[in-house]
Amino acid sequence: MRLVIALPYLWLVVFFLLPLGLVLGLSLATNAPDLAPPVELGLSFASFKLLFTDDLYLAAWLSSLRIAATSTLVCLLLGYPMAYAIARATPPRRPLLLMLVILPFWTSFLIRVYAWMGLLAENGILNQFLRWSGLMSDPGTILGTEWAIHLGIVYAYLPFMVLPLYTALEKLDWSLLEAASDLGARPLPAFLTVTLPLSLPGIVAGCLLVFIPAVGEFVIPDLLGGTRTLMIGKVLWDEFFTNSDWPLASAVAICLLILLVGPILLFQRQQQRSLERT
Amino acid sequence: MTIGRARFAFTVLAFGYAFLYLPIALVIVYSFNESRLVTVWGGFSTKWWIALFHNDAMLDAAWLSLRIALVSATLATALGLAAGYVLARVPRFIGRTLFASLVIAPMVMPEVVMGISMLLLFVGSDQLLGGPERGFLSITAAHVTFSLAFVAIVVQARLADFDRTLEEAAMDLGATPWTTFVTVTLPMIAPALVSGWLLAFTLSLDDLILTQFVAGAQSQTLPMRVYSSVRLGVDPQINVLATIVIAVAASTLIASTVLTRRIVDKRGAR
Repeated sequence: MRLVIALPYLWLVVFFLLPLGLVLGLSLATNAPDLAPPVELGLSFASFKLLFTDDLYLAAWLSSLRIAATSTLVCLLLGYPMAYAIARATPPRRPLLLMLVILPFWTSFLIRVYAWMGLLAENGILNQFLRWSGLMSDPGTILGTEWAIHLGIVYAYLPFMVLPLYTALEKLDWSLLEAASDLGARPLPAFLTVTLPLSLPGIVAGCLLVFIPAVGEFVIPDLLGGTRTLMIGKVLWDEFFTNSDWPLASAVAICLLILLVGPILLFQRQQQRSLERT
Repeated sequence: MTIGRARFAFTVLAFGYAFLYLPIALVIVYSFNESRLVTVWGGFSTKWWIALFHNDAMLDAAWLSLRIALVSATLATALGLAAGYVLARVPRFIGRTLFASLVIAPMVMPEVVMGISMLLLFVGSDQLLGGPERGFLSITAAHVTFSLAFVAIVVQARLADFDRTLEEAAMDLGATPWTTFVTVTLPMIAPALVSGWLLAFTLSLDDLILTQFVAGAQSQTLPMRVYSSVRLGVDPQINVLATIVIAVAASTLIASTVLTRRIVDKRGAR
C-alpha cells in the first residue's frame, strides 16, 4: 500500500513540484546571454521590476485577462443553451448529441485552430462567400485581429463549457420546474430562480475550465492573432525562445501562476467536493 | 409552448453543431483540392494525399509521436490508477491534501508554465547528473506528468460510483488485498482504465507546447512539424493529415459508443 501511494507521489514531486521551485529560483536570477543556460543565479528582482514597469508587459496582462474573460462569457452564452437542449432531449438521443460535442475535442487542437486560418484569411473562404453573396463587397480581414483570437478560443474550448453544464443540468430534478410553473411562475422567472441556481456548479466549473487555459493561451494568439495583440502566453514564449531571456520568462510564469492561483484552487476544491459527494 | 421549446432546442443545437463542424468539414473538403492555394477551389485531386505519404520528415515525426504516445499513455495509466485508487480508497495519510492537489494541478496549470518548469528540470539534471539527453525520454516524462491527472480523475470517479461492500466481502472471505484488487476492483474499473488510456494517448499525440519546451534539438514530434509548417501559412498536406486524424478519432469514438451501448443494452435485457 505504501508503494502505491509513494510511486505517483514521488513522480509528481519530482516532475511537477520541484520544477515549479526551479522556475521560482530562476525568476530571481539574472540574464547572462553568453552562458549556457543563459542565466546567472542570484537574488535579483530585476525581472519582476521590468514586468511591472514596462507598459508592454502590462498591456499584455490586461489584454490576456480581457480576451479570456469575454471569450469565456461568449462560450457560456453559446454553451448553456446547447447543454440545456441536450439535457432535455429524450434519454436515448442524449449519448449521440453529447458525443457530437466531444468529438472535436478528440481531434487535434492544433488542427482545429488551423481550420480557422483558411476560413478567416484575406482571401479565405468566409470573405469569398461574403463577396460572392454580395453581402459585403469589401470585407476586412479577420485573421490577425482580436476577433480571430476570440473566435478561436470560443471554438476550441466550447466542449469544455458544454460538458460540465450538461452534467449539472442532467442531474436537475425537472419536477421542481413544473412545481414552479404550477405555482404560477412564468418560464423566465422560473428559469432564473430554479434552473440557473441549481446549475451553478456546472457554470462555475465550465467557466474555470475555459478561463484558466485561455489566459495563458499561446497557439491561438500566435496563429490567429496578429502582431498587434499581445497575450501573456505568447510573451513568455517569445522571451524564452526568441530572446533567450530565461529569468524574465520564469518571472512571467510565476506572475501567471499567482494570477491564476485563485481560480485554480477554486476549481480543485469544487472538483474534489463533487467527487467526494458521489 | 412545447412546440416552441422543441423548435428552440432544434435551432440551438443546429447552430451549435454547425459552428463546431463547418470548419472541420471545410478542412476535409480542401484536402482534395487541386490548387496549391488552400482557399481557392481548383478541382478534385488526390495529389496532396500522395505528397503526404512521400513526406519523410512528416512520417518520421508521426512515428516518433506514436511511440511517445504509446509509452506515455501506458505509464500514465499505471500511475494514474495508483493515484486515483489512493484518492478514492485511502481517506487518511500524511500529506494527503498536498497529494490531492498535486494530482489535479497539472490539469489546470497553464501549459507554458508547465513547459518552462519541465525544461528547467531537465537542464538542471543535465548539469548535475549529465543526463538524460533531451528527446524521447524527456518528452515522455512530461506527457506522463500532465496526462496522469486525467487518468486519476476518471479512475477516482469510477471507484466512487461503486460501493466498497464488494471489496469488503472478498476480504471477509479471506482474499488478500492484492487478490481483492485484481479479481474485484480491477474488473470494475476496467472501462475507466480504457478511456483513461485513450485520453492520455490522445493528449500525448496532440501536445505541442510542453513538447516544444522539452524536446531538445534532435527530436521533432508530429505537432511540432505541423506547427512549423502552419506558421508559414496554410498547406494542403496539413489538410490531408487533419482529415486522417479526424477520421481515426471519429471511428474510435463511434466504435466505443456503440460498444458501451451494446453492453448497457445487454445488461438491461437481463
